[in-house]
Amino acid sequence: MSQSYDRGLIEDFGRWREFSAGMWAWIFHKFTGWVLIGYLFTHVAVLSTALTSASADPATVAANQDLYTQTIQALESLLIVRILEVGLLAVAVFHILNGTRLLLVDLGLGLGSQDRSFYASLILTGAIVVASVPTFLAGVSL
Amino acid sequence: MAERYSSFTKGGRLWLWQRITAAFLIVVLAFHFFLLHFVHHADEVTFAMSAGRMQQWSYYSLMILFLVTATFHGVNGVYNALVNAGLTGAKRRVIQVVLGVASLLLLVQGVRTANAWAGIDLLPIL
Repeated sequence: MSQSYDRGLIEDFGRWREFSAGMWAWIFHKFTGWVLIGYLFTHVAVLSTALTSASADPATVAANQDLYTQTIQALESLLIVRILEVGLLAVAVFHILNGTRLLLVDLGLGLGSQDRSFYASLILTGAIVVASVPTFLAGVSL
Repeated sequence: MAERYSSFTKGGRLWLWQRITAAFLIVVLAFHFFLLHFVHHADEVTFAMSAGRMQQWSYYSLMILFLVTATFHGVNGVYNALVNAGLTGAKRRVIQVVLGVASLLLLVQGVRTANAWAGIDLLPIL
């Protein structure tokens, strides 16, 4: 029987210098998760402008002058929104890749290389985000 | 016996559902980003185009399932993060109720919005 001990709270960020790759992966997964659930509520709130557009005059909708179209296009014309969207992409891609890693570990696959798969998740996230920047910033001016 | 490093109840269904929704969300979140940023571009969004997509039952049902799974996965994830941070007793109960109500509001508002695009009138208030 292995020794039992009091591990205290799982989260003790004061010990961050001692954290291994797996611990950082866990913290990044948690942080990106908080961002994504926060964004989900914001996203649905912004998309709710479609409720007003649905009951608007069809001619207004056809001319793209309805509240939903105007709101989305106004937001997308702002550079800061585009930059935040790149940040959101980074957060989502890391959560997806690290989440895949976690599912594989749960299935008993790749536990021996879980640190390397974390580094691979980080590198792949960086590569996908950098490659996506031109698409995310297309058509916006300073 | 080895120490268990999990905030989930042993053998609990929430643990399994967190992973089932994860597997679904990996695919659908990637699809969502790809469709709305690479196939279509975010600055070209119009009500008519969003409505056109949502009027296809396959897209509508996928987005409703996306909303439900993302809400569950996100809110359950937040709850587990708080439990890991030491949430217990009455505070834990309050957080359960707050997160439950927030989830319900998000789901109702999400379905109302999807229905507005799809032209579905389920109930006078929806």
